[in-house]
Amino acid sequence: MKPRIGVYVCHCGTNIAGVVNVEEVTNYAATLPDVVVARDMMYTCSDPGQNTIKEDIEKHGLNRVVIAACSPKMHENTFRKTLASAGLNPYLLEIANIREQVSWAHFRERDKATEKAKVLVKAAVAKARLLEPLEKKEMPVERSVLVIGGGVAGIQAALDLAEAGLKVYLVEKSPSIGGHMAQLNKTFPTIDCSACILTPKMVDVANHPNITLLAYSEVVKVEGYVGNFEATILRKARYVDEDLCAGCGACADACPRKVPNEFDVGLGKRKAIYVPFPQAVPLKYTIDPASCLYMKYGRCKLCVKACPRGAINFDQKDEEVKVRVGAIIVAVGFKVFDARKIPSLGYGKYKNVITGIELERLSNASGPTGGVVLTASGERPKSVAFIQCVGSRDLNHNSWCCRIGCMATLKQAFLIKEEDPDAEVYVCHIDMRTAGKGYEEFYRRLREMGVRFIHGVPSEIFEDADGKLRFNVFDQTTGHMIELKVDMVVLQTGLEPAEDVEKLQKMLNVSLSPEGFFLEAHPKLQPVEASTRGIFFAGCCHSPKDIAETVAHASAAAAKAITLLSKGKVDVEPLTASVNPEICSGCEVCTGICPYRAIQLMEYEGRRRAKVIDVLCQGCGACVAACPSNAIEMKGFTEKQILAQIDALTGG
Amino acid sequence: MEYEPLIVAFLCNWCSYAGADLAGMSRMEYPANIRVIRVMCSSRVDPAHVLYALKRGADGVLVSGCHPGDCHYINGNHRAKRRIILLKELLRQMGVEPERVKIDWVSASEGERFTRIVKEFVEELRKLGPNPLKEDAREV
Repeated sequence: MKPRIGVYVCHCGTNIAGVVNVEEVTNYAATLPDVVVARDMMYTCSDPGQNTIKEDIEKHGLNRVVIAACSPKMHENTFRKTLASAGLNPYLLEIANIREQVSWAHFRERDKATEKAKVLVKAAVAKARLLEPLEKKEMPVERSVLVIGGGVAGIQAALDLAEAGLKVYLVEKSPSIGGHMAQLNKTFPTIDCSACILTPKMVDVANHPNITLLAYSEVVKVEGYVGNFEATILRKARYVDEDLCAGCGACADACPRKVPNEFDVGLGKRKAIYVPFPQAVPLKYTIDPASCLYMKYGRCKLCVKACPRGAINFDQKDEEVKVRVGAIIVAVGFKVFDARKIPSLGYGKYKNVITGIELERLSNASGPTGGVVLTASGERPKSVAFIQCVGSRDLNHNSWCCRIGCMATLKQAFLIKEEDPDAEVYVCHIDMRTAGKGYEEFYRRLREMGVRFIHGVPSEIFEDADGKLRFNVFDQTTGHMIELKVDMVVLQTGLEPAEDVEKLQKMLNVSLSPEGFFLEAHPKLQPVEASTRGIFFAGCCHSPKDIAETVAHASAAAAKAITLLSKGKVDVEPLTASVNPEICSGCEVCTGICPYRAIQLMEYEGRRRAKVIDVLCQGCGACVAACPSNAIEMKGFTEKQILAQIDALTGG
Repeated sequence: MEYEPLIVAFLCNWCSYAGADLAGMSRMEYPANIRVIRVMCSSRVDPAHVLYALKRGADGVLVSGCHPGDCHYINGNHRAKRRIILLKELLRQMGVEPERVKIDWVSASEGERFTRIVKEFVEELRKLGPNPLKEDAREV
C-alpha cells in the first residue's frame, strides 16, 4: 500500500514555536514525498489536536502519521492511542523530537534550530514511509510483588499490596523491620510517638496472610522482566530456629557478651544474641557470629542452656530461596551522613557533640538512657545548640538539602524545652525550611517558646577545660558575631543514598541520579516508576523525604504495582527481532550474542535455522547487527528504516 | 562559509537518548550540529551504519549507550564498544581519521555530560576538517 502520510508540527504553546519557525517546518514537510497533509498545531496532544489527526486519518485516508513535537519518551504512547482509536495500527507513527532536542537545546540559535527541525522531520517522514503495522502480544503475570527494604516505605507498600490481594515478599536485611522510623522518639510536627504509629503496622505485616516476611535476608539476584521476575534471596543464618523461638529473651539474659547496639547508634549495649529493640518484628533472636563467644572461641553455649524451647542451632547455614514476582518495589531508604567527615565540628572527638539521630535514641524511652537526654557526664544539659545542614547543602560533601533536618531540629528543640523550659536552645542554620502541612506553624511555636534562631553556622567547635563546648557564629540577621558556650551540640546530619543502592542498581538495571539516589522515569509524571518496566521506588531511596511523604510515595508505588498486575497480563512491545529462515545460514552467531537466550535453532524445511522466541526477546537488536547474512530484522528499527534516516539526516 | 561539522548520533533509548532529552529539558545548550537517531540499544548499531553515515556525508558519528555495567539489555553496550573499536581500526587502515567515530556513555541523568561530549566532538571535528569520504559536496 502506498504510504499516505500526515505530518503534524506542534507549537507546544511557545515551547517550540518560540524558537523554531513552525510554519516554515510545516511548509517544508508538505513538500516531502508521500506527505498528504501537513499541519501546524498549537497543542497536538490536546483533545482538539488529537481529533484533527483522527479526522485527517479518515478524510485523507492517512496510513502513516508523523508528529514533530516533544520527545517520544513523553507522548509516543498518547499518539499511538490516537492512531488506534482512528482504526490505524498504532505502530504506524513516527515522532520527530523538536522540543527537548531542538527548541529547548538550541534556544538562542533560531535559524539553526529551524533547519535542524526540518531535517528531523525529513528523517521521520523517511522512516515513516517504511513503517509496518505491528501487533502487541500479551503475557501472563505473576500476581505477586517483591518489596526490598522493611522501613516505613516498604511496610506501607507491602500492606497496601497485600490488602489489594497480591502476594508480597518483604525482604529486610537487618533482623527486624522498622527502619529508621523505629529509631525515632517523636515525629514532627504533631509530636506523635513514632513507635506508637509504626509498631501496629509492623505487627500487621507479620500477621498478614498475604505477606511473607523475610527479615535478616538480602536479595542477591534478579532475573526476568516485567510480570515475570525471579529473585534469589539469601536468608542469613540467625543460628536461632525462627519457628521455635518465642522471643522470651532468656537467651539474652544468659549471654555474657555485651557489644554496642547498632540500633542505638552505638550508644547502648546489646548481647551477642539479641533483638535490636523490644518491639522488633519478627520477635526472633539472632546470634551475631562476630561477637558470640562460642562461635569465636568454641566455648560458652549459655544461651543453649537457657532457651526453654531448644531454638538455638549453631549448625544453621545461610540458605537461598527463589521467588517469582510480577513487580518489584525498591524501598531501601537512606544512610545518615558521617559527621566525622567534618572534623572541625568535633564529632567523635568531644563527647558532648552528638548527632540528631543520637539525640533521638537518647530521648527515646527504649533508648540507652531510658528517655532522658543526658550529657556524657550524666547530667541534663542546661544549654543545647543545634547545627543545621551538616554535610548537606555543602559542595564539599552533599549538594542537596536533606529536607528533614530543619523540622527534626524543631521537634528535638521542642522535646528539650518540654523537659526543661529553662534550658537555653540555639539553632544555627543556613535557612529554616519549613514547607509542609503544619510545619511553619510549628516553627512559630518554637520561636514563641524561646528557642533562639541564629542565621549562620559555626566553622569550628572547641571544648573548654570544664567540658563545655564553645564556638563563634556570625549571625547574618543582626550582623554580629555571637559567642556561644553550651553543654551539648547536636549536629543535624543529612541524608545520603543507602549503601545498597549501587548493588541494586546493577542487579535491577535501573538508573541513578547524579546524587546517587534512584532515578524515576519522569520527574513530574512518573515519580515512582523506574525506566525499567515493573520496577518502582518508594521513599528515601528515591530522594530525601519525611515520613508523611514517604508513606504517600510508598502507597503510590504500591498502587502502580497493583495497576500493573491487576489485569493478570501485561502488554509486550512488538518491537522484537525476527529471523528470515530463507536467508539464515544457521551459523549460530546470534544465539551466543542474545543476552536473554531468546534465539534457538529450529528445524525449517529440513535445515536448522535460528528462530526468535518472541516473548523472551527484549528488542535490543544486538543480534541484528551481528548477523553476517543480514537475516535478522528488528521490528520498528529495521535496516531500511535506519539507512533512510541516515540518508535524510545527511542531506540525501 | 565556515565549515560546520555534521554529526549523526545513535543514542540508546534508555540512557543516552534520555540524557539528551534531559539536557534540553534543563535548557543546557549544545551545538545544533548533532542529529540523532534513536535506537533501543547501542548494540543495534551495525558498524555498516556508521560507515554509511560517513559515506553519505557525516563528518562524525557518535554512538552512545548506557555506562558499562548499566546496560538496559545486560551487556549490549560492551558489544557496541567492541564493534566500534574494531571499526576505528579499519578506518585507520582505510586512511580515514578514526577520531571521526566516537563511542561514549551518557546516563539518563547526565544531561550535562551529553552537552560536553557534543561540544567537544564538534570542536575535534572542526580541527579535523570536512570528511574526505563524503560522496558529494553536501548542501549547507
